Amino acid sequence: MKVRVLVRLKPGIMDVQGAAVKRALAGLGFSEIAELRIGKVIDIELDEARSGEARTRVGEMCGQLLANPILEEYSMEIVTDLAPREVAG
Amino acid sequence: MRFGVVVFPGTWSDCDFHYVVSEVLHQPVRYVWHRERELGQLDCVILPGGFSYGDYLRAGAVAGRSPVVEALRDFVGRGGLVLGSCNGFQILCEAGLLPGVLTRNECLQYRCQSTHLVVENVDTPFTRGLRAGQVLTMPISHGEGKYYADAETLARLKQQNLIVFRYASADGKVTKASNPNGSLDNIAGIVNPEGTVLGMMPHPERASETAMGGTDGLLMFQSLLGTLVEDGTFLKR
Repeated sequence: MKVRVLVRLKPGIMDVQGAAVKRALAGLGFSEIAELRIGKVIDIELDEARSGEARTRVGEMCGQLLANPILEEYSMEIVTDLAPREVAG
Repeated sequence: MRFGVVVFPGTWSDCDFHYVVSEVLHQPVRYVWHRERELGQLDCVILPGGFSYGDYLRAGAVAGRSPVVEALRDFVGRGGLVLGSCNGFQILCEAGLLPGVLTRNECLQYRCQSTHLVVENVDTPFTRGLRAGQVLTMPISHGEGKYYADAETLARLKQQNLIVFRYASADGKVTKASNPNGSLDNIAGIVNPEGTVLGMMPHPERASETAMGGTDGLLMFQSLLGTLVEDGTFLKR
């Protein structure tokens, strides 16, 4: 089973990296950005064929290590292919 | 007083702490490898600064789940003293031994500079030899030292007097200009309710000899030793 985890800062937590990248993009002429926030993608392939079980286990991983609940929230999706199908550019 | 200095892959202040304890304080000290689960007869365990496990995922996240930190929970339960500085503070927060979290400096810069700290809580073994309101000078050296906690936790820290050090001006005023990293309420160091686990971003071990440019860090170590001598624990051993 392949699971893609998205870890993001909770709403309301200041994202200083996102703010810096937003300013850099504005410097490149992309002044239309209202907000930009940076998160982490964690791709996990595990020996578990049942999606419910996989979700439970990955949820435990997020709770114990992958996300810090004080700052971050996480979501996950079961995917068939962890590699991007199309590479942009 | 028997000290242990924990070494993770990527720790960099271990030798400095070891030097201060053995050569300046003349106390017994040993290195504790991160895979050790036995803290034996130690009185005080030091978690030094650095980049444990490369600080992968988040600063202190992997170290906070390591075998030695699991052993630290029992050690703390038995009344053992723990001092976490810099990465050590990050590890203590990630391990849940102290509340809150250290995150990216608001300025986005790695800050390596001298700071002034106003002492808020002198009712801990680490600060008993200090005066409330005393201003200490110690260096910081970190990229992720912005202390953050939710409003409820902050209220509890204040109510229980768990904030030990706050970044301040040279005359002890807690100002925005004296906050090097954007920490909530200028928090530089906190302690657990028992007063036995202290986490701080500044480096006391780098301010423990005149040759280092200051000795204010030594005052903390002397407080620790004084505590043991005063209550007899040190003499009994």
